[in-house]
Amino acid sequence: MQILDRRLNPSGRSLPNRQRFLRRAKALVQEAVRDASAKRDIRSADEGGEVSIPLHGIREPSFHHGAGGLRDHVLPGNKEYREGDEIQRPPSGGGGGGSEGSPEGGGEDAFRFVLTREEFLSLFLDDLELPDLAKRRLVEGADPAWHRAGYSVAGTPANLSLARTMRNSLSRRIALKRPKPEAVAALEAEIASLEGQPGSEERIAELKAELEVQLKRSQRIPWIDPIDVRYRRFEPVPRPVARAVMFCLMDVSGSMTEDMKDLAKRFYTLLYIFLQRRYKHVDIVFIRHTHEAAEVDEETFFHSRETGGTLVSTALEEMRKVVADRYPPSDWNIYAAQASDGDNAAGDSQRTARLLIDEVLPACQYYAYIEVGRDGEHGMPGFPRGPTDLWRTYEQLVSAGAPMAMKKVRNRRDIFPVFRELFAKRGLLEEAKA
Amino acid sequence: MNAPVSTPGLLYEGADWDFATLMRIHDACEEVAVRDLGLDCYPNRIEIISAEQMLDAYASTGLPLFYRHWSFGKQFAQHEALYRKGLRGLAYEIVINSDPCLSYVMEENTATLQALVIAHAAFGHNHFFRNNRIFREWTDAKGILDYLEFAKGYIADCEDKYGEIAVERVLDSAHALMNYGVHRHHRRTIDLRSEEQRERERRAHDEQMYNVLWSTLPERANQAIGADEVEKRRAMLQLPQENVLYFLEKSAPRLAPWQREVIRIVRNVAQYFHPQRQTKMMNEGCATYVHHRILNTLHTEGQLSDGALLEALHSHTSVIMQPDFDDPRYSGINPYALGFAMMEDIERICREPTEEDREWFPDFAGCGDPMPVLRHGWAEFRDESFILQFLSPHLMRKMKFFHLKDDAAQPVLRVDAMHDERGYRRVRRALAKQYDPAWMDPDIQVVDVDLAGDRRLILEHRVQDGRLLEEQEARQVLRHLASLWSYDVLLREVDPATGASLREHAVSPPR
Repeated sequence: MQILDRRLNPSGRSLPNRQRFLRRAKALVQEAVRDASAKRDIRSADEGGEVSIPLHGIREPSFHHGAGGLRDHVLPGNKEYREGDEIQRPPSGGGGGGSEGSPEGGGEDAFRFVLTREEFLSLFLDDLELPDLAKRRLVEGADPAWHRAGYSVAGTPANLSLARTMRNSLSRRIALKRPKPEAVAALEAEIASLEGQPGSEERIAELKAELEVQLKRSQRIPWIDPIDVRYRRFEPVPRPVARAVMFCLMDVSGSMTEDMKDLAKRFYTLLYIFLQRRYKHVDIVFIRHTHEAAEVDEETFFHSRETGGTLVSTALEEMRKVVADRYPPSDWNIYAAQASDGDNAAGDSQRTARLLIDEVLPACQYYAYIEVGRDGEHGMPGFPRGPTDLWRTYEQLVSAGAPMAMKKVRNRRDIFPVFRELFAKRGLLEEAKA
Repeated sequence: MNAPVSTPGLLYEGADWDFATLMRIHDACEEVAVRDLGLDCYPNRIEIISAEQMLDAYASTGLPLFYRHWSFGKQFAQHEALYRKGLRGLAYEIVINSDPCLSYVMEENTATLQALVIAHAAFGHNHFFRNNRIFREWTDAKGILDYLEFAKGYIADCEDKYGEIAVERVLDSAHALMNYGVHRHHRRTIDLRSEEQRERERRAHDEQMYNVLWSTLPERANQAIGADEVEKRRAMLQLPQENVLYFLEKSAPRLAPWQREVIRIVRNVAQYFHPQRQTKMMNEGCATYVHHRILNTLHTEGQLSDGALLEALHSHTSVIMQPDFDDPRYSGINPYALGFAMMEDIERICREPTEEDREWFPDFAGCGDPMPVLRHGWAEFRDESFILQFLSPHLMRKMKFFHLKDDAAQPVLRVDAMHDERGYRRVRRALAKQYDPAWMDPDIQVVDVDLAGDRRLILEHRVQDGRLLEEQEARQVLRHLASLWSYDVLLREVDPATGASLREHAVSPPR
């Protein structure tokens, strides 16, 4: 009898099987991931999680009996039945006496399992890309890259440079005339062959003296001396780090309902996850505005209520200030997403457009405007609602070639497609257009 | 080193254990198993694993090393999700039919559970594996681990050489036909150890062999093909053939050698598991009976504390729980429950038989010592024949078995027999049939190949009791079959009595 402890064996033995399974079910899992991501919080959105996929796509078929024909069941726990009794067939054949008892034949139609964070994200953001090249800067405190930089006389055994050490050893042995092992062996052989031959005593004594000198010399001069030893040296080189800041701008005036905020939040969530995948470090700045704007924390941003008019330019002004204060565009990749129901005070449009063109857009990598609205909103009867003030303003900018994207979102369902459209790989987009 | 034991004679105290404890438990169990029960086991190897490793083992059908395939990943994901949510616990152990006999036990188990597991798996299952005729004839306990190692390496090599997708395609198809990769009737000694070498020899042999499928000699003109011609052709192809995978491995015209070998691996694994399907109820019954006897004996001898016995009994009773048919928890007859009940019933018949028992089991009723009877039963029977031979009226009354006939042509179900004088034999026969693989699996065989025409492969499903195949899945399996065969495949469902064709499925290979 033997007892073996296998607990320390490497774990994750089934990982290759899992990868094969995910590849196999990729389309299904991707869909499930997109569904699941709709229900999450902004910061925890990129954790792994349970998804559920339909079973039919990954079924392993086998021959088995279908319904019909004559069947026999022997069942335990008889209570009132007598021989010859007739029993109504249970509805849908599933319960009572109708279950066939085959292990795979069950009526399971969904398959639930848990994805890790990495798996979740790589499926989620499979074919998206960032719209602009990232700026990289050398930053202090970031973990450096280690580069090879010659040799040193001190170091850890793992970095021992064997070739260099042996080269030093060899040259030192040559310079100090350490006898080669072959030379010593040859001497010994000669002595042995002369041993016992008459008239060679003198020669033997000579050789023995010579041998002794050689042996002493090879004892004094070591094969490898500590001074020969060299280690590979590494030097820390600061690594350029790409940092990003994401500005979330939102109109929180009375006209924005909770639904609209929820839509906006979903969009911000996606953007946050996406940036986090691409940048080591992502800051988020929340700016909300009514007729005046302020930088707030996430909780306040999404949940506190405010009343007031609507001046979009105040938010842009606030953003400009924050950028000037803390996020010099030369060091930071700046992304901004603005959500609004499209209302703006009359007369503010000019100022908004000017701020965008002159100050904000030049500093940004990407500026996205999301106009949220209620599902099936048609405005007042008799007054078909045209484009909103803000939409008209921005449309002019875009048609004049400003680097920004704008989309309308009416429903939760739209969020993902809109996000994908905004960030789809350029190549794909152009193909699609062509 | 040893965990402190304050009461003399006790194997352990409390829930904690270490290797010395396990060793003591094993030795104590062994003594009871050999002395009192007369068991004959392979040497034991007990491996301690974590919960995650247990999930791993689950996913690869309990085998310690297995080739890679997405379906195992799927099972792992499913088990893991259930386990994490706490919907399902893990088995306390997994035992492998090998020599030495491998038992995996979980680190989370308490000392009592380890004792239960060791008595159950390392002695109960172990004895059954070593002595049951079907296991002895159909599996090679010495060679299985080496063979799995070879299989894993071979399939990994194939993936490197031909790509994951190509290998997966063959494995998918072979898995779909796994239940039809088993020789059921004629026996042949199996030596998995030399499989690797035989694989090479087989290739060399096949290259020199004449394959009737490739015959391009022109037919003699205007000669009607006589019945003996058909017979000759079928004989050359060894038809009819119930082992569909075997047939494909040997005769599918367009498979590459590595594809044949992959099919062979799936086939050998299926064959290795085949005895387990046929003896599930007995095997569990034997192991449950053995752990019950061993733990009770240890307790009587003062080696197990009262608390430990109660804990063991708690696990024991939940394992042998049998919900009634109308209970929402009912999902078929629990093999542990029926198996254990039958073993106990045999013990009762040996020790305190009633008149009825003497009449039904004259051979051994009242013989006093149940062990020789049980050991004989465990060695020579499978579930189906064991029930036919040993299920007593007493037990049928106790379990309140009744036989329900479900004829799709009738509007109602009919109670055909129940646990009374008139029904015992009929209930017993019907129950035994439920455990007969020949009855559970549709009877499908390869019957012919259309050599004169388009090399179409013809299979036959001999329909029993009007039970036709589930059509959609059958077509999917046939598509897999066609992709291995590379030409059209036709499955005829025929009535064996009249020979009339009830339904036909024709499938072409994917282009």
